[in-house]
Amino acid sequence: MEQELLEIKEPTPLQETWYNLKKNKGAMTGLVIIVLFVLMAIFAPLLAPHDPVEQVIELRKTPPFTGGYILGTDDLGRDMLSRLIYGARISMSIGVVSVGISLVLGLIIGVVSAYFGGILDKIIMRIIDIMLAFPYILLTIVIVAILGPSLVNAMVAIGISQVPRYARLVRASVLAEKENDYVLAERALGAGNMELMFKTILPNCLSATIVQSTLGVGEAILSSAGLSFLGLGAQPPTPEWGLMIASSKEFITNAWWIVTLPGIAILLAVLGFNLLGDGLRDILDPKMRS
Amino acid sequence: MSNNTPILEVKDLKQHFPIEQGAIIKRQVGAIRAVDGISFTVNAGETLGIVGESGCGKSTTARAIAQLYKPTSGEVLYEGQDLVKLSNKEMLSIRKNIQMIFQDPYASLDSRMTVRKIIAEPLEIYNSHGLMKLTTEDIEHKVEELMERVGLSRFYKNRYPHEFSGGQRQRIGIARALALNPKIILADEPVSALDVSIQSQILNLLVDLQKELGLTYIFIAHDLAVIEYISTRVAVMYLGKIVEISESKALYKQPLHPYTQALLSAAPIPDPVIEKKRQRIILTGDVPSPDQERFGCYFYDRCPKRMDHCRTHIPPMESFDDNHQVACWLHIDKSKWPE
Repeated sequence: MEQELLEIKEPTPLQETWYNLKKNKGAMTGLVIIVLFVLMAIFAPLLAPHDPVEQVIELRKTPPFTGGYILGTDDLGRDMLSRLIYGARISMSIGVVSVGISLVLGLIIGVVSAYFGGILDKIIMRIIDIMLAFPYILLTIVIVAILGPSLVNAMVAIGISQVPRYARLVRASVLAEKENDYVLAERALGAGNMELMFKTILPNCLSATIVQSTLGVGEAILSSAGLSFLGLGAQPPTPEWGLMIASSKEFITNAWWIVTLPGIAILLAVLGFNLLGDGLRDILDPKMRS
Repeated sequence: MSNNTPILEVKDLKQHFPIEQGAIIKRQVGAIRAVDGISFTVNAGETLGIVGESGCGKSTTARAIAQLYKPTSGEVLYEGQDLVKLSNKEMLSIRKNIQMIFQDPYASLDSRMTVRKIIAEPLEIYNSHGLMKLTTEDIEHKVEELMERVGLSRFYKNRYPHEFSGGQRQRIGIARALALNPKIILADEPVSALDVSIQSQILNLLVDLQKELGLTYIFIAHDLAVIEYISTRVAVMYLGKIVEISESKALYKQPLHPYTQALLSAAPIPDPVIEKKRQRIILTGDVPSPDQERFGCYFYDRCPKRMDHCRTHIPPMESFDDNHQVACWLHIDKSKWPE
């Protein structure tokens, strides 16, 4: 009898999420795309047939599938495929780093604001409101302009300008969660404010944040491409997708692949994160659970 | 088991919650007087039942004793030490002696923790503050021991709360409350969310635990039968005040306060013959809102035996006999009435 009891094991929340994820076709497609891009980013030196910044002037604007260049070359004779593969590295790190920045700051601000409430909450939320009053891309541009255009500064700018969203989201969930009896119970056991905020309440508020940050990665990739396009992000000759589009836009009529392929790469990466994010929203929403 | 050293003494405890108005600058426009000056003592090893209708301040009393709220005024003396005045750090060292069981076994357990983690949580908090020095194995042993003690198989320890029934969940809550070897347990309606059949199991468990571990209970309920079963003494609350406090048997045999009488008369008797003859005292009106300061007896508006004197004078708590006190002018000799 006791042996049997040991064997019947209910799935942990993580296992349950994975099980539901596998049933969701859209989310799985997104996950596959993301995994491919991540692998591409990690193994870029092994996968890329050429050096992404090596210029072969005599072979510039080679069309795809000619002369050993699967995706052709750009206006300076650099291999498109290699540049796109190395570009995955940059885009993935932009996505992760900038979401990481906004997530950490947003979580701390949101939790503290909701937990302590009162005048502190009011002040923090008014600052957040001011940030939200600026159009997102404008705010990002302003921050980059202050910090100076570079890839790292673009990541920081995107990260900071996304903070209000996460802070709001977390604050709302913490406000709802902190009134629960288990929080009171934990306090009665002797837990201090820090333990209550970050060990007890926060883990119960994460599902919405997970969805938001997955969608956020796609958005960050898009924003950084936009910044690079405007010359405020990555600087040449970095193989950044947005920059690749910007520096080749005049060839769209006579060498379509130079401008189109990075666009498709951006599209696929963002699509992957959005599909996964949407799927996770369905899965993690308690109301959707059976 | 019962001896007469008070382990806990509550003196004129008040818990008022401010009512605020204003969008940006809040100003206090009044106060909800949830607990409005109550005093009682609890002796080691006994069970003090607190009974009263919804909203009379029972739960607030428990939470104010546990210092989950900062009391507005008054003293809570645990073995002579005033908890209200302690800093959070000093309170932590005493907190392990005063633990709580909560009403709703569904809301009071963190659904993301396994049973093992829930029960080990208090031990780990005390470990992390350096107040206990337990190894991982010690904690593991303790968790298993506690689970068996409250009647749960230790094989369930890796499960999550949602896999248990209400009664089992309440057992988990009890195990958690016992983890720190407390002396006092504040049980805030621990059975009112459970089926009647499960209620008796949990009550019996609590009684057994009290015998084995020499616990002192402050047991809050609105069910008179539950209170009668478990309590040594009973305090009756109305609108944030204790109106009568007595040895359990004496109270049920001879309720003195008109509110207690009405309350007892409302409880059905599980015998159809006696039930038919039961005289009900029907109170008129609703419980007044606790947001006003009162200058007379708190029960004046609804009391069937009210007198003019009650409207303007708050009755003091007077001893009727050794173990029976009541706050009612009916039971105070007219010669002692103040003008």
